[in-house]
Amino acid sequence: MAASDELGAITKAFSGFGVDEKSLISILGKWHPEQRQTFRKGTRDFFIQDERKFERWDDRHVIQLQHEFLRFKHAIVLWTMHQWERDARLLKEALYKGPQHNVLIEVACTRSSEELLGARRAYHSLFDHSVEEDVAFGIHGPERKLLVALVSSYRYEGPKVNEETAKSEAKFLSGAIKGAAGNKNLIENDEVVRILVTRSKLHLISVYKHYKEISGNNLDEDLEGDLYLQETVQCLCKPQAYFSKVLDASMRPNVDEIKKEAVTRIIVTRADVDMKQIKEEYNHKYGVSLPNKIEDVANGNYRDFLLTLVARGY
Amino acid sequence: MATLIFPEHPSPVADAEALRKACQGWGTDEKAIISILGRRNAIQRKLIRKAYEDMYQEDLVKRLESELSGDFEKAVYRWTLDPEDRDALLLNVAIKQLPIPDYRVIVEISCIRSHEELLAIKHAYQIRYKHSVEEDLAQHTTGDIRQLLVGLVSVYRYNGKEINARLASSEAEILHRAISEKVFNHEETIRIITTRSKAQVLATLNHFKDDYGTSITKHLRGDLDSDYLSALRTAIRCICDYHKYYEKVVRRALDKPGTDEDSLTRVIITSAEKDLKDIKELFQKRNSRPLEHAVAKDTSGDYKAFLLTLLGKED
Repeated sequence: MAASDELGAITKAFSGFGVDEKSLISILGKWHPEQRQTFRKGTRDFFIQDERKFERWDDRHVIQLQHEFLRFKHAIVLWTMHQWERDARLLKEALYKGPQHNVLIEVACTRSSEELLGARRAYHSLFDHSVEEDVAFGIHGPERKLLVALVSSYRYEGPKVNEETAKSEAKFLSGAIKGAAGNKNLIENDEVVRILVTRSKLHLISVYKHYKEISGNNLDEDLEGDLYLQETVQCLCKPQAYFSKVLDASMRPNVDEIKKEAVTRIIVTRADVDMKQIKEEYNHKYGVSLPNKIEDVANGNYRDFLLTLVARGY
Repeated sequence: MATLIFPEHPSPVADAEALRKACQGWGTDEKAIISILGRRNAIQRKLIRKAYEDMYQEDLVKRLESELSGDFEKAVYRWTLDPEDRDALLLNVAIKQLPIPDYRVIVEISCIRSHEELLAIKHAYQIRYKHSVEEDLAQHTTGDIRQLLVGLVSVYRYNGKEINARLASSEAEILHRAISEKVFNHEETIRIITTRSKAQVLATLNHFKDDYGTSITKHLRGDLDSDYLSALRTAIRCICDYHKYYEKVVRRALDKPGTDEDSLTRVIITSAEKDLKDIKELFQKRNSRPLEHAVAKDTSGDYKAFLLTLLGKED
């Protein structure tokens, strides 16, 4: 391999998602000290020219590298876990890292009633608390009521939907959204929260449909001003579109670690559920196949593992 | 301890036949119904229902509903259902009550049942009514009472016995502040009562008593005794000592001029296989007479006979 190609390969091996273990072994392992120095001098992102005349690793990149090396391990451990433990740990992590409201909403709204119940059971075993008490204690703003209710929901999952009720609730939402300037107070509207938090998913899909007929817009688009309500509606009514959107945002260049973690989370948690539909949505929206995108941005074992999960065809 | 008396190995087929016979013809043999159903536990009753369905292609419960009437019918109907189905029915009746829902029953079931029982009840509710109990309850309530009740029904409390003493102390203070500022609809009060484990709630309430002199329920009265405050007091009583609570319900039901049969039936039916004996003992202690006497005095006919059978009356 030409020297410049090797430099490019090693740079890529250290960038993006996961590390390219094979290149690191085969190329880096063979480099003489001078070649390694060329690399250090040449890549300004990773190394800093120290005043005492040596090239020093940029600490931030070492930390980032740690994440990248561990990305494969994290994905394997998450994949191997019982689904209940996985969701319980995701919820717990979302609470103390941030809190990450989007992850709380994602887990609470995209799992089935029995799956969410299982996660709540596992949460008891793992953390000696109920998830609702931790969420209620850890979240303080007006979004608390919404989030506590979402993690404690046990929705009806049968086929019966009362169309009249769905229509009138769509009408109500339309009025409430128009009335709340900039949607700032919408999350404090108990009736809005009631509908989103207690109704069955099929019912809400019907509400979504009626809303479009009444107002001409999609419900989640009109909730642009209130992120939590918007995410709730998207997760409940069109989860595959939501997941493909989050995947796209997470695979952009230079996103932070928290955003990057979404890739592992979504692919591991959806591989057995609706990955096929997510792939279709992603392709439709962004014009590129999800496997191709992953090939592009990910490296090594992590990349191969993701591709294997994504290819499962569910 | 239970009061229900039942044989070890009854024959569901023989029972189903006897019940069929009791319902056939012009009259109904209520005594036979009482002596069979009133002396079978939940598993045995389920087997009888299945045998009856297999043999006669009919739901025993529906047959009883059409043969019997009044308070007796209500009691036998509810008794014969599976416990979680029964509680689902009680919840639905309470939610749909007019002009306002029967908050007390909703609080009672949410707070007294174990967390596994409550899950089974919610599941049974969905099968029966094709809605979740949360959505029905939320639709029929508003404001603070809604927050409280939906919270109580939705929670899946941690059931460990450990308590965090420091947390109990700080949350007792939060409750005290909420009360002294007379902001009872304080979100924090609802948070503590509807999310903490029962052990933790008890520890917090004990701290309250130690730190502020009286039990919290004495403080939870506003200028207008709202439904919310009343429900909150009931929740606290049910969480702290539900035998004492049940004794009070039964005593009040019998004290009323004209008995409150619904409450009396509900307590006896839901406790006969669990701890009606403890409630009886409490009743005796507090009222200096046995519960059976009070029931016998204030009720009559088949309804009375049925209740007394469940209370453990020997034949």
